[in-house]
Amino acid sequence: MNTLRALMQPHRIALMLVFGGIVLWCALALRWDWIPVYAPLALEGLWRTVWILVITCVLGFLLAIPLGLAQAVGPWYLAIPARSFCTVIRGTPLLLQIWLLYYGLGSLFPQFPAIRSSELWPYLRQAWPYAVLALTMSYAGYEGEVMRGAFSSVAKGQLEAAKAYGMKRFTMFRRIWLPQAIRNVLPTLGGETILQLKATPLVATITVVELYAVSSKVRADTFIVYEPLLLLAVFYLMIAGAITLLFRRFERRGTGGARLKSADVRT
Amino acid sequence: MTFKKTFAAGIATALLSAGIASAQEVKIGIAAEPYPPFASLNSSGEWEGWEIEVIDAVCTAAKLECVLTPVAWDGIIPSLTGGQIDAIMASMSITEERQKTIDFSDPYYNTPAVIVADKSLEIEPTPESLAGKIIGVQASTIHQAYAQEYFDENSELRVYQTQDEANQDLFAGRVDAIQADSIAMADFVNSDAGACCEIKGAVASDPAILGRGVGAGLRKGDDDLREALNEGIATILADGTHEEITSRYFDASIYSE
Amino acid sequence: MDALLDILGLTEAARLLSLSPPGWGMNLLRGLVNSLQIAFGAFGMGLVIGLFGAYGKLYGGPVLRDLLAIYTTVIRAVPELVLILILYYVGTDLINKAATMLGHGRVEISGVVAGIWVLGIVQGAYATEVLRGAIQAVPAGQIEAARVFGMPPFMLMRRVTIPAMMSFAIPGLANLWLIATKDTALLAIVGFNELTLETRQAAASTRAYFTFFLAAGALYLIVTLCSGVVFGRVEKWARRGQPSLREARR
Repeated sequence: MNTLRALMQPHRIALMLVFGGIVLWCALALRWDWIPVYAPLALEGLWRTVWILVITCVLGFLLAIPLGLAQAVGPWYLAIPARSFCTVIRGTPLLLQIWLLYYGLGSLFPQFPAIRSSELWPYLRQAWPYAVLALTMSYAGYEGEVMRGAFSSVAKGQLEAAKAYGMKRFTMFRRIWLPQAIRNVLPTLGGETILQLKATPLVATITVVELYAVSSKVRADTFIVYEPLLLLAVFYLMIAGAITLLFRRFERRGTGGARLKSADVRT
Repeated sequence: MTFKKTFAAGIATALLSAGIASAQEVKIGIAAEPYPPFASLNSSGEWEGWEIEVIDAVCTAAKLECVLTPVAWDGIIPSLTGGQIDAIMASMSITEERQKTIDFSDPYYNTPAVIVADKSLEIEPTPESLAGKIIGVQASTIHQAYAQEYFDENSELRVYQTQDEANQDLFAGRVDAIQADSIAMADFVNSDAGACCEIKGAVASDPAILGRGVGAGLRKGDDDLREALNEGIATILADGTHEEITSRYFDASIYSE
Repeated sequence: MDALLDILGLTEAARLLSLSPPGWGMNLLRGLVNSLQIAFGAFGMGLVIGLFGAYGKLYGGPVLRDLLAIYTTVIRAVPELVLILILYYVGTDLINKAATMLGHGRVEISGVVAGIWVLGIVQGAYATEVLRGAIQAVPAGQIEAARVFGMPPFMLMRRVTIPAMMSFAIPGLANLWLIATKDTALLAIVGFNELTLETRQAAASTRAYFTFFLAAGALYLIVTLCSGVVFGRVEKWARRGQPSLREARR
């Protein structure tokens, strides 16, 4: 009810009318006749975008836990590599990382003819393993930094209490430390996932056919410039909206007690 | 409030004055990627190659002041229609599909489309022979259009942003074959990276897709520029400049009526 | 020196990266200068948009606030690559149409300016949020006190709000600057000769993909690390006179 009332203010109604007018104009004045032809391909691309997003976020997060832990409490020979990894990933453009992995590694293949007869070759020929690897490392790099803060911010007293109860180190990590660290980062995860979504179109440059690549194909085939891009932007807006809603639900379920603001975790 | 306005106005004028130069010169759009032997950037940061010299000669003959403007290949037509460039001279074939959107000058060279693949691979440039193979093509080219029409059914297509990326993946072995212009490919198979591969032959002709030679792309209705460029092309063809440039790059003529 | 390179097997890489032809080092550096120029311009433009945006969001009318909310939401949800393409083509198209209407004929927009304006609009959305947060963090009493003394709004902004919010804004702005430097790489996709595209051209011409991509990565990393040092100094300066964070927490 409240949201409805908020929408019903006079200026918002006027804005919505203007907005509706723009949408109507777009629908009538621009060319959309290509949509039925490319709809199946677009759905395939959408599926691939979502698939890459989910896989790389999950894998990246799993990788971020040891990265964060190593930086927060690890001995120097683990902390320094973890820290350097995060710095390098965060300090260079993702596009460059993707190209380095795909074309850089590819340029080395001919020097090792044995690769072509190995069992990995069918995968090395495809583009998606490189895309998944690059995006996973990127997510791990950014989230590893966040996890470092999250692990350090779990109150020492809790860990001491667990120790006093004679908990084994791994049990303590599994039952006390990790759950609390994850609860701390939960509010930032939604934002990080949207950033990851925004990174997915870059893999189109190494021939992975995801949503963005489909729009490029439409542009190339039909010479229509703006319409596919506008529709693409709407698609990404909707996916980002879905991510926000999903994480809001997670957060409501996941954090019963006190919540840390994202700003606190990111220090 | 007045401060804000002057501030904003100042920023705007600073941006505009920095960006708007005189509109007298003709901006020739070329693809911002190495496409030897036609156009590539050398280590001194200058563009060189057959097509670059031809652009120079045509502009001189047509008395135009031309500026080379590299843009991304897959956005080269929007750049033209959007006004970032005034003409495209980037080995673009004159096709019916493109003529719906842009105009073309007369052609200034022709090149058949060929299939290139590893020497050890025994294939013919036919859909049957390429069945089950991975074929690389450059996006927004006649080759992509052709491959989609004839090879898409039985082979897997990989679409690359630039030709050199497709070449690179042929070299790396990620694709079995590529379809591209014969002249550029002749240059590629003679290079170190292309030594793996050879030209397997020209694909079956389809003028509707493969077009009739390479010409300069122009905005629709830009007739003055088109006539000027046509005149320039005719001049260098007639006075031997075209032949002279060609002889420095190729063994045979690459122009036919 | 040569012997050392020989031992490390880097002779070839050193030859390719040398600053004079046939080395491609100069091309990379020229790309880096272009990248930095755009990053700088876009960051500056983002700050200007951000400042107006933040003031608009905090003190503007309901319509302005809603429009700004749409602006920041859309920009932050749509991939930069898509935004760059839309803004790049639409922007130049619109400017050209406007110029023709005013009777100027076509105008040329240099790649640098197009890059700055495209990335600047993207940066502006993030800067709006950063600066809004920072302004809100300034204790309201300080601003009220200045008003009571009869300070005109602009003087209030210059003397009170901006200096007081600086220390809150700098970490966020430092982050934005890093995003700006890295986002310039995306302009490679519209064919602008910044560091990443120069790198790819060099790599494709010489087939030394690994060498050049690693070299470019090192250049970006140097920029990032140097920026970190500079922003650390700036933050220290902005916090002068304030208790350090650690003391404040106690």
